Amino acid sequence: MKCFHCGDECKTEIISFQEKSFCCIGCKTVYEILHDNKLDTYYSLEDNPGYKIGKIQRKDQYDFLDNEEIKQRYLLFDDGNISKISFSIPQIHCSSCIWLLENLNRLSNGVILSVVNFPKRRADITFDNTILTLREVAELLSTIGYDPDLSASEKTESAKVKDRTLTYKIGVAGFCFGNIMLLSFPEYFGMDENFSGFKKFFGYASLVLSLPIFFYSGSDYIKSAFKGIQQRFINIDIPIALGMFTLFFRSIYEVLTSTGAGYFDSLSGLVFFLLLGKWFQQKTYDALSFDRDYKSYFPIAVNKIVEDERIPTNLDSLEIGDQIELRNQELIPSDSILMDGKAFIDYSFITGESEPIRKQLGDKLYAGGRQMGAKIKIELIKEVNNSYLTQLWNQEVFQKDDHIQDLNSIVNRISKHFTLVILLITALTGIYWWMIDPTMIWTSVTAVLIVACPCALALAVPFTFGNMTRVMGRMGLYLKNVKVIENMAEITDVVLDKTGTITNSDTMQLTYHGKELTETQKDHLHSLASNSTHPLSIAICHYLNRTANEKIDKFNEEAGLGISGLIQKKKYILGSLYFIQKSTTHKPNSEPEGSVVHASVDDYYLGYFHLQQQYRPGLLKVIKGLKRSHKIHLISGDNDSQKMLLKEEFGMENLHFNQSPMDKLSYIHKMQKAGKTVLMLGDGLNDAGALKQSNVGIAVSDNIHQFSPSCDAILDAKQFERMSDFIALSKKSIQIIHVSFVISFLYNLIGIGFAVTGRLSPVIAAILMPVSSISVVAFTTFFTNLLYRKKVK
Amino acid sequence: MGIIYLLIVISVCMALLFLGAFIWAVKTGQFDDSYSPAVRMLMDDTPSTVEEKPTVGDKNIKE
Repeated sequence: MKCFHCGDECKTEIISFQEKSFCCIGCKTVYEILHDNKLDTYYSLEDNPGYKIGKIQRKDQYDFLDNEEIKQRYLLFDDGNISKISFSIPQIHCSSCIWLLENLNRLSNGVILSVVNFPKRRADITFDNTILTLREVAELLSTIGYDPDLSASEKTESAKVKDRTLTYKIGVAGFCFGNIMLLSFPEYFGMDENFSGFKKFFGYASLVLSLPIFFYSGSDYIKSAFKGIQQRFINIDIPIALGMFTLFFRSIYEVLTSTGAGYFDSLSGLVFFLLLGKWFQQKTYDALSFDRDYKSYFPIAVNKIVEDERIPTNLDSLEIGDQIELRNQELIPSDSILMDGKAFIDYSFITGESEPIRKQLGDKLYAGGRQMGAKIKIELIKEVNNSYLTQLWNQEVFQKDDHIQDLNSIVNRISKHFTLVILLITALTGIYWWMIDPTMIWTSVTAVLIVACPCALALAVPFTFGNMTRVMGRMGLYLKNVKVIENMAEITDVVLDKTGTITNSDTMQLTYHGKELTETQKDHLHSLASNSTHPLSIAICHYLNRTANEKIDKFNEEAGLGISGLIQKKKYILGSLYFIQKSTTHKPNSEPEGSVVHASVDDYYLGYFHLQQQYRPGLLKVIKGLKRSHKIHLISGDNDSQKMLLKEEFGMENLHFNQSPMDKLSYIHKMQKAGKTVLMLGDGLNDAGALKQSNVGIAVSDNIHQFSPSCDAILDAKQFERMSDFIALSKKSIQIIHVSFVISFLYNLIGIGFAVTGRLSPVIAAILMPVSSISVVAFTTFFTNLLYRKKVK
Repeated sequence: MGIIYLLIVISVCMALLFLGAFIWAVKTGQFDDSYSPAVRMLMDDTPSTVEEKPTVGDKNIKE
């Protein structure tokens, strides 16, 4: 049975309403709201368009948006009557979403206009703030299942003016290119004497049209070439700029002296194609964020307690000594001390420890932990920017500037040799003609420089990498930029994190071993476990899946040990080995690894529940694939309870446990010092330093739109088993580039053949250049797509 | 054949107009979102079932 709202399989319960079935009460509520407001079109545009809601959310989760100071962090515009906000809504995924979000005004008349930007997963909402407050807008979105991602909705300082210069440059280049081509056609087909007047006119018109090409569209190549010369470093732009210069000035000379038609067509075509390549390479994922730090993981505001009143407070204005209240699933914003309540802190995202930890009153709690269970009260002992967690971001790696010109990229390595060879050929040509016929020197030397312009070479890389980025995106790996492919191809070592990376963070598998339980025993154990908020008790309740709730006498819970109680005069015990040995005579034979809860009734040992982390499907395949050509390491913040298991299954020698975030960072740093190039796969904040330090840092994420630490690429966890494929693909891309270099060299040789003999006419130049470029682009595109098809099969 | 001069000037001016239109379109963000406009145009502007603003649902939400 499928849920009418979200399309999920209805597993635990089926709620029927108006002859439709729903998987949970949340989905049904959304349907009711939409149906009552005659918004049923939502369900007719796409099948099951909704997002699974689960249980209904807390009412007060957006209360902090009433705080004036916090409000101003979001509102793009506010004049007392009308406000505008741009919400980031990761749930947007289909046309129904667009339709519903753009018809918000039918749910509430306070909404004036809402416009969805699909690639960015954003909704820009203009609302009348005399009718609706910002909080109510957020709540409205939440009630229909589109909770905004608030940390990504904040307005940024730079106001995010998108850089459109490249698009303008392409537009201008295209305009000039097209018109110059038109003006060049008569020359290609030959004009007889009668038309010499036109010839001059066409020449001057082309000259004028080429000015924007040279001084605007192509200016970046010339600037970059000068920069390269200043830094005494030969980059790919030097031969390009050399070609552009020669083309431009020789053409001007020819037109002014009426000695020829010039090569303006080749010049404009060259710049136009190069810019297109640049544009193709800039595949970006607008909806993903690769540069998030701990701040976007933290809550926007917390409830500060002042004289028994809860005041939503900005994180920045928290001070040492402030008392705050945390509810279920909320994060600890800074290092603090537990003052009141039962704390189970889940540190898995911060330290990699897989199980929540029980804390006593007065215990120190570290920032980033997540409270599981009831409300707690804590007192801050450090400022938010100074906690144990945030110290990692003060490390040197995070201050590093990414925008240093890359001396070692594949294009620049090749262009170094390429440029020298070209200059050599030019010199030899000059000497040859100086001896034979000095009048030809000028023509032949400039012709060599023109034809050797490495445009096919310069196009091979952006088109291969650009296409590979798209291919990988389709397969579930989202790259920050194309440079990542190159780095990935050179990896020698792969470092894996454990919790959340190679294990599945959501599903823990619980199994029962021992004597078979009777139905009554199941009921009773369920009743006992349901009295405890310990995560293991909750897991046992889920596993037993009963509805019974028997009365319990003498309920006793000993922190970190277990629980016991009398049900119908039988004493039930659930707990650790030590706890159970204290009270029963029967001893369990052996203790398996992982988390174990033993059960006994009236001094009679029943068996144990075993909670195991589940490894991601396909892990063995990935390890096998990677081991062939890489060394594999595992560094985990967790304890080594799984060590034996991991050793057996993967045969890895480099296993490291109990590693702090700093340890991970320095481990990778050490390997790099030993000359290794490292790929790191991680998921949590504890891996953030290591991800940043490594040559390629990939964040594994169950939901790619949710928070992931800053990284070079985000891997959809469902595609984890393809990890070794991705590395293989990146290596293949480098091979494709090498082959296309050879092809473009061949074209250059043909062209140089014409040039050194002094026979390069504008027509030949105008044919050779696009043909070589197009064939290289076609070659790379064809082979990258072929690789994709092979891998997907 | 002098007409060719005029024709070329006119054709370049036309092309300039198109270039201007392109730059304007980029500037106003028309190329930023290539998906939603295509979907949006297929949706009905007017609610097909509603004659009056329902009030029941509104209450639900504002509570």
